[in-house]
Amino acid sequence: MSTFVVGTAPPEQDSAGTARPPGHRFRWNWRVATPYLLLAPAVLLELLIHIVPMLIGAWISFINLTQEYIQSWTSAPSAGLSNYKVALNFSGPVGKSLLHSFVITLVYTLVVVGFSWGIGLATAGVLQRPFRGRGVLRTLFLVPYAVPIFAGIIVWNFMLQRDNGMFNQLIVSDLHLVGTRPFWLLGNNAFFSTAIVAIWRSWPFAFLMIMAGMQNLPNDVYEASSIDGAGTWRQFFRVTLPMLRPVNTVLVLMLFLWTFNDFNTPFVLFNNSVPPSADLMSIHIYENSFQVWNFGYGAAMSVLMLLFLLLVTAIYLPIARRRSHSVSA
Amino acid sequence: MRRRLTTPARFATVVAAAAALAVSGCSSSGSKTTSAGGSIKGQTITYWASNQAPTVQDDVKDLTPQLQKFTSQTGVKVNLQVIDWAHLQTKILAAVSSGEGPDVLNIGNTWAASLQSTGAFLPFTTSAFNAVGGKSKFVAGALATDGAPNQTPTSVPLYSLAYGLYYNKAMFAAKNLPPPTTWQQLVSDAKALTGHGVYGITLEAGSYTENVHFAFIFGQQHGGNLFNGDTATFTNPGVIAGVKQYIDLMDVDHVVNPSDAQYTEGTSTLGDFAKGKVAMVMNQNNANATLSADGMKPSQYGVVPIPAPSPLPSAGKDIATFPAGINISIFKNSQHIAADEAFVKFMTSVPEQEVLGQELTTLPVNTAAKATWTTDTALAGTFKNILANQAAPLPLTKNEADMETAVGNAITPLFAQAATGHVVTASDIKAAMEQAQAKMPAS
Repeated sequence: MSTFVVGTAPPEQDSAGTARPPGHRFRWNWRVATPYLLLAPAVLLELLIHIVPMLIGAWISFINLTQEYIQSWTSAPSAGLSNYKVALNFSGPVGKSLLHSFVITLVYTLVVVGFSWGIGLATAGVLQRPFRGRGVLRTLFLVPYAVPIFAGIIVWNFMLQRDNGMFNQLIVSDLHLVGTRPFWLLGNNAFFSTAIVAIWRSWPFAFLMIMAGMQNLPNDVYEASSIDGAGTWRQFFRVTLPMLRPVNTVLVLMLFLWTFNDFNTPFVLFNNSVPPSADLMSIHIYENSFQVWNFGYGAAMSVLMLLFLLLVTAIYLPIARRRSHSVSA
Repeated sequence: MRRRLTTPARFATVVAAAAALAVSGCSSSGSKTTSAGGSIKGQTITYWASNQAPTVQDDVKDLTPQLQKFTSQTGVKVNLQVIDWAHLQTKILAAVSSGEGPDVLNIGNTWAASLQSTGAFLPFTTSAFNAVGGKSKFVAGALATDGAPNQTPTSVPLYSLAYGLYYNKAMFAAKNLPPPTTWQQLVSDAKALTGHGVYGITLEAGSYTENVHFAFIFGQQHGGNLFNGDTATFTNPGVIAGVKQYIDLMDVDHVVNPSDAQYTEGTSTLGDFAKGKVAMVMNQNNANATLSADGMKPSQYGVVPIPAPSPLPSAGKDIATFPAGINISIFKNSQHIAADEAFVKFMTSVPEQEVLGQELTTLPVNTAAKATWTTDTALAGTFKNILANQAAPLPLTKNEADMETAVGNAITPLFAQAATGHVVTASDIKAAMEQAQAKMPAS
């Protein structure tokens, strides 16, 4: 691979191939430079939009940034590690609520990812073989993922209202399944409401990815296995799933990260007053920083969340890669 | 044969593409045209108004003709944006931290001290006060809430409001009940009126702003202060007793519909009151506008001060409201200070206070203006007296805005607990208040 040549150098070759004595003028090697130049805007924007704000966020976690200092952040007094100490002090109110939020988010993520992936896999499996109406069903299934987030979730808010919502109307007034009208947006039911809305939004994405993965599976393996006498279920577990491992590895990781970070679902469903049973970490951090103008805390909690997710990724990827190598070996 | 781009041309295209991408990302900051005390004619200012009318669209409808009047008087154009309460504080925060915001804006007057401490707003020194018509033109009670004591205020009053207990005259007459004068009477009246799908009183129990307002009022009735100077004292017994009095309406007295725990807008509670689903509601006096919009005539309801327990608990005070209202502020780094001051002077002038007071049903902040928010002189007198005799200001500390969110968001889940059938005890309230207090910045 040729290296980027800058500055004076030993005898260069110009495009005609003749050697030239080393000169002071440096010459662009276009074949090499162009890709970097084309990447430069993307890298610059990525730095500006993601990396630099993340570093600034990490810096904010070490200062005491409240409303008195938001006009000029650099004048805020240093807080050292005290924001982290408060956040991690699990016997204090702030730390305890953070730990509670973390546990809720973890359980929520496992439930949502599990069901989304499971339903997506099942649906993709069923829709593999062509049948009448398959195209229509496929399009219909993608609607929850394609609908704008706010519109999709606010409709659920209306449906889950206790007195006027469609859901209670159905199960209480029409079907008489329950006697008293339950609350869906308050108390413990709020967790299930949030999870269901999230699963509703996420499973089409899993379905889409797995569908794409399944369509690339070679047919000859299936033919060989059916000659060997494998039935549909055996084929599914012994042929399809192992071959889908690369797709599933990435899919599950992405679903985990996105669901753990989920802010939209609780924010739109509950607006500013999120019940404790649905207190996901993103919205917990929002309520402890933006709403009380105490950005030091919020930044510290965000950094802790980032570290946790990096840890999960760092552990998950090597394990998944090792297992898929052992399968293909 | 197609010619390939020569090297210089290739270089130029790549650089041009990169430059175009970089430049498109930069927004050009507004040109700094400082008006050197000259004419303000032809300038345009941006005004963020709060949601005072029943809906945001109604605010636009009410304000636009007044803004046009201002433009024809001074030649200054006003760019109006009406922002709902759920987002106003966040937007102000973004404007303060970025330095890019409106020229003039409304703020909840209880935020005045907190926003004063950001240093982002124009201090109203004597010259600034003179530019908006003079300090003496403002009603003293409203002016008292415009900032921390002994500091230059950074806002002036715009609209004045107070809480009152609205009651349905027909429903009370049917049960031969006079309007309540003590808290105990309110509870017994509400119990008598609850039944057959109707509840005694409705609460906006899902709204953190309403919850903190009542935590304050009832806390005062029980002798509890939320702050000691700048230090939060949310866990003191008076505050806890006051909050318990409030939540008991739902889970102990059973005079509030549990579904009210989902109510986050005044339109929900006032809608229930207008439709006769509840007999009482505690609301600021701008309820009149919403009730009329919902088809309820002023003759159908009456208002009394929110009563206190009788006898008053030790150190308790007969407080029925805080001087609620809206203040108006000018951003310090606005490029049109003179035009902004002219606008503030206009909005707080007698004709505007009378027109807007009538449309938004608010009390005037200008001593010379007549109270036009209601034609019922008795009603006007009731609220004027409440403000004069039974009002105490919310804590005038820089941490006030944080307190509102922390305490309000601590009470909302307690209502959810009450709504789902688990009685809220004093220790539940104490735990919630401790959490809220821990969120406050260490002073």
